[in-house]
Amino acid sequence: MINLETPKKFKAIVHSAQQAAENVFRPISRKYDLAEHAYPKELDVFAAAMDGMNAGDKANAAGAGKLSQAAKAGDGVRNGANMQSVLGLEALCWGDVGLALSLPRNGLGNAAIAAVANDEQLERFDGKWAAMAITEPGCGSDSAAIQATAKKDGDHYVLNGEKIYVTSGKRADLVVVWASLDRKVGRAAIKSFVVEWGTPGMELVRLDHKLGIRASDTAHIVLSDCRVPAENLLGSPEVDTKKGFGGVMQTFDNTRPVVAAMAVGVARAALERTRELLDEPGDYDRPRWQQNAAAAELLALEADWEAARLLTLQAAWMADNSQPNSKEASMAKAKAGRVANAVTLRCVELVGTAGYCEDELLEKWARDSKILDIFEGTQQIQQLVVARRVLELSSSELK
Amino acid sequence: MPKLDPQGAALNALTRVAGLPVVQRLGLDKALERTVFHGARAGFRAGSVARKRFKPLIDLTKPARLPKASAGAALFDVSLSDEQAMFKDAIDRLVDDQLAGAARAADEACATPDELLQQIHDLGITIMAVPEDAGGAASERSPVTHAIIAEALGRADLGMALAALAPLGVANAITRWGTAQQQATYLPLLAGETFMPAATALAEPGPKFDPFNLACTAEPHRNGYSLDGNKTLVPLAQSAAFYLVAAQVPDLGPRLFIVERESHDIEPRPQPAMGLRAAGLGQLHFSNLVLPEHAMLGGPDGAYDHQEFVALSRIGMAAAAVGQCQAVLNYVTPYVKERKAFGEPVAYRQSVAFMVANIAIELQGLRLLTWRAASRAEQGLPFAREAALAALQAADKGMEIGTNGVQLLGGHGFVKEHPVEQWYRNLRGAAVATGPMV
Repeated sequence: MINLETPKKFKAIVHSAQQAAENVFRPISRKYDLAEHAYPKELDVFAAAMDGMNAGDKANAAGAGKLSQAAKAGDGVRNGANMQSVLGLEALCWGDVGLALSLPRNGLGNAAIAAVANDEQLERFDGKWAAMAITEPGCGSDSAAIQATAKKDGDHYVLNGEKIYVTSGKRADLVVVWASLDRKVGRAAIKSFVVEWGTPGMELVRLDHKLGIRASDTAHIVLSDCRVPAENLLGSPEVDTKKGFGGVMQTFDNTRPVVAAMAVGVARAALERTRELLDEPGDYDRPRWQQNAAAAELLALEADWEAARLLTLQAAWMADNSQPNSKEASMAKAKAGRVANAVTLRCVELVGTAGYCEDELLEKWARDSKILDIFEGTQQIQQLVVARRVLELSSSELK
Repeated sequence: MPKLDPQGAALNALTRVAGLPVVQRLGLDKALERTVFHGARAGFRAGSVARKRFKPLIDLTKPARLPKASAGAALFDVSLSDEQAMFKDAIDRLVDDQLAGAARAADEACATPDELLQQIHDLGITIMAVPEDAGGAASERSPVTHAIIAEALGRADLGMALAALAPLGVANAITRWGTAQQQATYLPLLAGETFMPAATALAEPGPKFDPFNLACTAEPHRNGYSLDGNKTLVPLAQSAAFYLVAAQVPDLGPRLFIVERESHDIEPRPQPAMGLRAAGLGQLHFSNLVLPEHAMLGGPDGAYDHQEFVALSRIGMAAAAVGQCQAVLNYVTPYVKERKAFGEPVAYRQSVAFMVANIAIELQGLRLLTWRAASRAEQGLPFAREAALAALQAADKGMEIGTNGVQLLGGHGFVKEHPVEQWYRNLRGAAVATGPMV
């Protein structure tokens, strides 16, 4: 039965997340935008409270570490951890995207571990905060071109390489590093390795200064002869050229809807605030061209936003119901990323001088939103994924 | 056609409906058995009444209303029900076998052939929407099912969908707000064996039309109401047995009036437009036309809700537009893979492939918006906002998809050998014309 409302069972958690966004994130939002790289210590208390909530309800726990393609479990529709995480992140990012990204123990590395780790690893890394290190100075979206190497040496792997744009790279306990076992083989040889901070050979080069999400630390890391135990490799150690990228890319099917949800959250913040500030907020019933220009524009933006939100929920719903969702996850991320950027920028313009000044958070949201159309796969990468699926073309046909 | 006994005609109609696979699979046989009883007792006769003044065909002591959906929707769910999947499947087959192939001729003729409208009607769309007590087989509101139906038909041609579903929209309005007498008069006919052309007339000529501030007026008159004004883009205008005309009533605001075409000597003017031509669009002109008091839908004390009427019509249009956009995607996908330029399929170029990807993305977004609005209506939740957002996206993204459909075919898209130019013209209409109330 078609029902696209927020499920009743998640109303409470969405309410809690919205309360946290309003009462924990918003009051310190500008503070950590200005104090880039300062650790938002207020989040420790909040994260502990969140861990407590999840511990009390293991079956419905949300967060990056709980994202995975649900195993098929009988008939009937399921609304599970993917949807809950999407709903929760949407609300938190209405508060502040940078702070939501800084939540301890909810890094993208946690999502990678959840997607591909074995039971022993799941247990060993439980409760740790894991960042994700994929991008390098010479490769971004083309992650098959990764230069970092991992060489087997006894019961260890020796990692060498340089990683940039590692979100929470300094604050996390662990960094999930993507490296190649054999650069001649290409993508099939790329594996992910869990490296604990403190492991000799992994060094922090610097933290980047950014356009937005300044509350989130973005690390530049170098690995030189960094030895990690062989059991820290996630997934299969075999280089299977037939399976190729499947394992590591699976992570994205689950994390893209979450990043899309973040975009939906910040866009909602901008829409709501703009509606508050405009004296004529618009009327759903009357034709938009009978209303003033700002109100008409706001209606169009809201329609775009709602479409992005529903695409996001659909992608999460599919993951919860064991339906392959690569296409839909990328559709959601593409739409939400561009809509959030367009909405936040337009809202600054609609509110005008007040929207552009630091007295309002609108200008900050318009800076924060840009990254949401870039990380976890740029707009163009999402379109490439969708286009290949829709047109049924291979990566050698549609490059 | 031999003259049939009235009871025989009614039984004949119901037997045909009872034989529909969709009815049997859904276990609606029981509801139909009761309908047969009522229908046989009233002895109504479908089809031949269009030329007469309409009168009640069944006994209804109180209006037969449909309740909101009974099944509680606890979970977020994007799956169609069995009934919806079966309707979609049946319509998909009809579209592929017959309707899509007839769309070009219907566009040129500014009318969808009666045989096709009858074939669509034979699927049981209207009977499944009309309450049991009023000659149909419905037990609750089903805007989602109607949206799915509109979407499936819209894939053939948006104008054809508007023609085929105009009577459904009328039936839904009469079911929701009509008096017992109005229901007894019109619903058995709309749910009968023969396709009964009827349409809503909301839009008015001229720029800046506002459905909440109508220029067409219905002033109280000693014999009822005096209707004055113009309506445009009315589907099935020439053939409709009656119209539901929206007019501004002093003190009451916008109301719908049942206007029988022949008994009031209405002479519709054909109104060919940029697109939606298969809908058989026309203009109606009323100059102090005196209507009986009982022509007002629901009567002056009825619970008519104009906001709901507009919102449900917006959902109907958005849903049909989703189908038309799906036709675009289905058409351009193989085309760009077959069409070669610079020695390889144009689909191998990102500039082309990304346009296709964006069609897929915006189409699905629009579909979900439409479903959400319909589903809220079904569950009895407020839905005017969601319907408005769906309509806005249908106007913006529907047109974007329409224009990119032509663009992807290049010069071939601009000529009438391919259907994309027709869909382009139709999709502009999605922002302007009135859809069937779901």
